[in-house]
Amino acid sequence: MKKHSLLSICLLTLSLFSLSAQADDHSDTIKVGVLHSLSGTMAISETTLKDTVLMMIEEQNKAGGLLGKKLEAVVVDPASDWPLFAEKMRELIEVHEVDVIFGCWTSVSRKSVLPVVEELNGLLFYPVQYEGEESSKNVFYTGASPNQQAIPAVDYLMDQGVKRWVLAGTDYVYPRTTNKILESYLKLKGVAAKDIMINYTPFGHSDWQTIVSDIKSFGSTGKKTAVVSTINGDANVPFYKELGNQGLSADNIPVVAFSVGEEELSGIDTTPLVGHLAAWNYFQSAESDTNDTFIETWQSFIGDDSRVTNDPMEATYIGFKMWAEAVSKVDSTEVDKVRPAMYGLSLPNLTGGTAVMNSNHHLSKPVLIGEIQDDGQFEIVWQTEGEVVGDAWTDFLPESAVIVSDWADPAINCGNYNTETKKCSGQNF
Amino acid sequence: MRNFALLLILCGSLFSAGLSWSNDIEIKPDTISETIFHDAINGLSSKSFTKKKEYIQAIATSKDSQALVILQQLLDGNIYFLKKTKTIVIAKLDNKNAVIRNAISGTDLGVIAKKRIKKVGINNKLRRQLKVEIAKLSLDSPNKAVRQQAAEEILKDINKSGLQLFTGRLTIEKDDSIVEIMQTGIALYSFKNGSVDEQLSAVKTLSNSLYPEVKNTLSNGLRSITGNPLSTEKQELKHTLEASIEKIDFKLGWYKQLENIFFGVSLGSVLLLAAVGLAITFGVMGVINMAHGEMLMLGAYTTYIIQQIMPNAIAYSPLIAIPIAFVFTALVGVIIERSIIRHLYGRPLETLLATFGISLILQQAVRTIISPQNRAVATPEWMSGSLQINPALALTYNRLYIILFSIAVLIGLMLLLQKTRFGLQVRAVTQNRTMAKAMGIRTDWIDAYTFGLGSGIAGMAGVALSQLTNVGPNLGQAYIIDSFMVVVFGGVGNLWGTFFGAMTLGIANKYLEPMTGAVIAKVVILVFIILFIQKRPRGMFALKGRSAEN
Repeated sequence: MKKHSLLSICLLTLSLFSLSAQADDHSDTIKVGVLHSLSGTMAISETTLKDTVLMMIEEQNKAGGLLGKKLEAVVVDPASDWPLFAEKMRELIEVHEVDVIFGCWTSVSRKSVLPVVEELNGLLFYPVQYEGEESSKNVFYTGASPNQQAIPAVDYLMDQGVKRWVLAGTDYVYPRTTNKILESYLKLKGVAAKDIMINYTPFGHSDWQTIVSDIKSFGSTGKKTAVVSTINGDANVPFYKELGNQGLSADNIPVVAFSVGEEELSGIDTTPLVGHLAAWNYFQSAESDTNDTFIETWQSFIGDDSRVTNDPMEATYIGFKMWAEAVSKVDSTEVDKVRPAMYGLSLPNLTGGTAVMNSNHHLSKPVLIGEIQDDGQFEIVWQTEGEVVGDAWTDFLPESAVIVSDWADPAINCGNYNTETKKCSGQNF
Repeated sequence: MRNFALLLILCGSLFSAGLSWSNDIEIKPDTISETIFHDAINGLSSKSFTKKKEYIQAIATSKDSQALVILQQLLDGNIYFLKKTKTIVIAKLDNKNAVIRNAISGTDLGVIAKKRIKKVGINNKLRRQLKVEIAKLSLDSPNKAVRQQAAEEILKDINKSGLQLFTGRLTIEKDDSIVEIMQTGIALYSFKNGSVDEQLSAVKTLSNSLYPEVKNTLSNGLRSITGNPLSTEKQELKHTLEASIEKIDFKLGWYKQLENIFFGVSLGSVLLLAAVGLAITFGVMGVINMAHGEMLMLGAYTTYIIQQIMPNAIAYSPLIAIPIAFVFTALVGVIIERSIIRHLYGRPLETLLATFGISLILQQAVRTIISPQNRAVATPEWMSGSLQINPALALTYNRLYIILFSIAVLIGLMLLLQKTRFGLQVRAVTQNRTMAKAMGIRTDWIDAYTFGLGSGIAGMAGVALSQLTNVGPNLGQAYIIDSFMVVVFGGVGNLWGTFFGAMTLGIANKYLEPMTGAVIAKVVILVFIILFIQKRPRGMFALKGRSAEN
């Protein structure tokens, strides 16, 4: 018993110390919240983004910080647990009083923090490609929306003569919404319903024999067939392995993936995958000086010169740089001042073009199609002429086509504005 | 003015060309084709895929002895060019540098920094074109497998040049299966382009073929028979076609069933492997071991580490990893049993919680020590690809080996439990602990060894799983539910039950999946097991007798 009370006194003093230390720090640092899972299923992807933000902060501090203050990272671990994301978000804003948050990966985690970040008027930068259909006042979406990834990829494949389509995805909100958009887009382009096969699998699915065999027979009718894959995370490795083993090569039935990047490929032996495609806004193999510097900085920060860079990292990079620029422009970290300053900001992106933040909180970025190489990198085989403006609400679903988002136009000032009824939806996003 | 200048240049070049002709009277057609060949190779540094396509065509038709080599290297992605001079080279890359040689002359150009060369990129269209051209050039290869592959490649998209190649080779070719492919190809061509009579005779050859191209062509042919009323000739063709397609469909359906059973058995064998260790710890000992999945994971990581230590022995890595994984995970199992589980015997709820805690600790340990990222485990050559039985049926090698391995593990385990002294002791302890103790058996050590055995088998299963799925900290979680399902369904404490449980679930899953989709199939299986357990709480193969009462 005595031991216990001693321990608790120790703990109490310790926590008091840390509290006072926090209070001291508060005045001369700008706090940056990092809300990425460091444990659980999503740790595989999100840990990298945490490190990216830390690297950006270190770089910014080396260059003299921001507004004459140093930046300080507050890292919390929501542990791939969606409700915990909301709690951790509240903790970041209310307890740690951070000025900006970089975080989330899965759509469900973003949906979970959305009410919190809006209630407390926080500022979240979300760096992952997603299904669209959202535009919150308090969130900047620096990843791709469907028209910056899925639609151009399908256009590219049509151009390559693909006539039959397999839409394969993991069973959750992102693939379901994306496939709904794609299906309606394909039908609009004159593809018959019998030439589209849709298939969903559970998270972490590992036995792909039947599905790959079905794809094989679906693709053997003489018409050129392609697979559009929104299969997420872990399930990809056994999927591609099975494709290789059953002899489906990229020149017969190419697979274009939206969730497979350099990071995911670093866990696969890519020899049987050569030629399969991915659509992103960034590839490590993009040739530009800013990209070379970025890769070098990253590899020296992480202390491993075989670590790869990927698209969500670029999105984090752009988000962070833009936020820093907006903050120094308005000389404040207050959300209500920073937010309007973001609109129209432009920044050289890592692939050699310019990224622009639009008033619908989405970026204009180029779209690249890359083919997997045997070294786990992508060879860029196609890219859009210029930058594609991120569309918050898709034009290919009738219920979304009439909705626009514009937070800069005082007449609209809404993320969900119906152009027919001229009304802003009751919800904030 | 500009036109005039152009004319002048044109004249000049004509003149010089004329001069060079007159100077070099002995020019051979060989040299011309050689220049075309060299120009085409040099052109590969172009950025445009359309241009590259033309150059590849030129290389393929150049008849140069080096053409095949160059095309193959291009397909394999070994052709690069120097960024400065655009010289085309064949390169072998390592981490920072590349060993290069001139693609045309073959002269060694030494070692160069990787940054200074760029790969000649190809896309899928070019890859397709390359494969076809390579196939056309390798139809006379001395290697039978190469010839067969080449013939199948040409068959996929049979055209006039393919037809000529086939008719040319048909008399020379000795191998029956390749001759058959060629005859199919020739018949396919004559069906596509011939008169109704020719079509009729072609159908007769084709109706025995299972190639998907054949079925497609025949179905298209059937659809394109039009005219009202049909002429007698066409009527006959239509009937023959319908009969042939029906025959092909019947055969295809038959092979589809066989394939499906294979899929089911292979899924069953994976389940069996994952569950058989649990059948020992949970089934025989009665410990609810939530950390079982992590033993699988540790086994899979052993394979990864073996491959890291011995990067030159990838082909043998699974074989080396199996015993090492067994010993390692068995050791971990014994430690867990001695330090934690032995204190909790008879308290299932606490065992469950404690082992769940262990599983979380092991996962996080792997995340911290190795990496939260999945690790790449290479598949040896002999485990990739598939055994092509006929055009409609192919069995993947990795699955075949895993089926064999799981059966070997099961048999080995049964022999161990039934035929050895250790097995006798294990059975004695699990059936009647006090009596066994009275007979002088050290029951607590038997407990530790048994737990170690179960864990060790899980480790071996992990090696097999590393060839099928991700090697990452979450590997175990994906299999723990399935393992419990198999053991409970099959009957606790009975290895035959585990075997039949795994196979039933595997095959049922594969029959449900095409009907309902993968998500619903899992749900249906789960509901089925729940209902089954209601009816037979002790699973398919319940233990009978006094020992079953406890």
